[in-house]
Amino acid sequence: MKSFSGKVLFLDRSDINTDEIIPAKYLTEISREALKPYLLEELQLDGFTSEKDIKGKSVIITRENFGCGSSREHAPWALEVNGINMVIAESFARIFRQNMFNCGMMAVKLSAQSIDHLFQVFSGKETSIKTDLEKNIFILKADGLEEKAGFSISDFDQALVASGGWVEYADAKY
Amino acid sequence: MGKTVAEKIFDSHVVDNPSGDIYVISLDAVFCHEITTPAAINDLVSRNKDRVFDPDKIKAVIDHVTPAKDSKTAMQGKILRDWAKRHNIRDFFDIGRNGVCHAIFPEKGFVRPGHTVIMGDSHTCTHGAFCAFAAGVGTTDLEVGILKGVCAFHYPSTIKINIVGRMPEGVYAKDVILSIIGKLGVNGATNKVIEFTGTAVDAMSMEARMTLCNMAIEAGGTCGICYPDMTTVEYLWKFIKNKYQTKEKALEKYKKFSPDSDAKYHDVIEHDISRLEPMVTFGFKPDQVKPVREMEKTKVDQVYIGSCTNGRIEDLRVAARVLKGNKINNSVRGIISPATSKIFRQAMDEGILKIFMDAGFCVTNPTCGACLGMSNGVLAEGEVCASTTNRNFNGRMGKGGNVHLMSPATAAASAISGYITNSLNG
Repeated sequence: MKSFSGKVLFLDRSDINTDEIIPAKYLTEISREALKPYLLEELQLDGFTSEKDIKGKSVIITRENFGCGSSREHAPWALEVNGINMVIAESFARIFRQNMFNCGMMAVKLSAQSIDHLFQVFSGKETSIKTDLEKNIFILKADGLEEKAGFSISDFDQALVASGGWVEYADAKY
Repeated sequence: MGKTVAEKIFDSHVVDNPSGDIYVISLDAVFCHEITTPAAINDLVSRNKDRVFDPDKIKAVIDHVTPAKDSKTAMQGKILRDWAKRHNIRDFFDIGRNGVCHAIFPEKGFVRPGHTVIMGDSHTCTHGAFCAFAAGVGTTDLEVGILKGVCAFHYPSTIKINIVGRMPEGVYAKDVILSIIGKLGVNGATNKVIEFTGTAVDAMSMEARMTLCNMAIEAGGTCGICYPDMTTVEYLWKFIKNKYQTKEKALEKYKKFSPDSDAKYHDVIEHDISRLEPMVTFGFKPDQVKPVREMEKTKVDQVYIGSCTNGRIEDLRVAARVLKGNKINNSVRGIISPATSKIFRQAMDEGILKIFMDAGFCVTNPTCGACLGMSNGVLAEGEVCASTTNRNFNGRMGKGGNVHLMSPATAAASAISGYITNSLNG
């Protein structure tokens, strides 16, 4: 199973689309590793620079409708090769969310209030997150602050994460 | 309790219910193209699972970058081509016989009412125009589809949009769907199926219905669906005539997928188009939509007519009517890409390509290329494109470029004036 803990990258915008996450011109790459330098290259967000802000991050916290647009699984792959295995958001586009779990990664929904609260408390601070998959709790820490946030994912999504993705799960079962 | 179209299709395809409202359904078709499929093929090979569930239910095309523009795209084509050959996938369409996936697969009669279809392409929702459940998926879902012929979805919840009123002159299916996306927002139909119905849809051709369903994903929708009627049967007749004695019999069979009168919907929206104007997008999201008249001072550098949204013969005819006898503005580059080889030939036979060329358009081969900034019409930084495609995302048609989505009529009128222009004022 992948790791879902580490430093947090806050992206304070809704509707971040897959063309922003990984532009189509890189879809001709056959190796996933080749996508690494281009993650979030087209992101429109004041103060964000992909070269500086992505390095060392393991989890993204963002707003509504993350991953809208194209079906490209290159979006989760570009995250994965940069060491980011989880996105926490108010909501996700359907295909992106499914692609994440299909790859054994996590796309976790929290309420608008919880996301707002996390942005208020932690955004701008060097924040780390620890994910407890037994108790379904996130523990966020920064500057001596600590907050817990509960989450839920379906049994099916849990099974995909545990089995490392949909291919092995489906081939064994159907 | 009554059922929606998607519920009826799901219920006839359920394989498993692994948890909650997640259903694994069997697939009638898995469509493949050379951008998202090679990674699935390579992964299957590396897992020692290089198999296909049914070569007759898998259809493949090279469409995104064709002809290949460099070694990498050539390799993607080769991986798909070699795979189709080794698994006896007979319905494989390569250059010279190919076309944009969501135009060529319906043209070949591969989608029927009641079918379930997936493809590693978000605009797969187009095929719902035939009353099918058709959804875009990522590479892993595609891979499992190829291997096992199944896919997992949440049990469908549906928004019904009742489109009423007579389509005003100069207004087309593209304007209707842009106005609907403007109303719903880019997140308004996420995890929902959209049923498009009403007198305005009844009056639409299959081509127009495909334009409508094509952009369901731009509101986040899983699939756009139209009900089967005689227009559906007429379109499919040449493929199904050996199976049904009469068109009425075929329709009777297909009608069982029409929704029940007491079906339960997540939402029902009335959308009156009798006063709709030609619409165009601004900004970088497809729900940022305005009437063309409010955008008429916008200068354009390139006009692109084509794509899975608006590259069909009807679209080309409409644009040609606007262009006939006119020259495009000197400062505009006009590019037209008929969506399939068949449409290309048809446009040639009807004299439409001559009209485009006389006007100063470049006619390119069928490909998705320009729509996603891959080839055949990539924008330079700061350039503006009037486009009949489906996404105005930042950098979509080239880094730093701006895309305005519109109908083929508006695009043609804009090519003539050099500014975003209503085709009725051209």
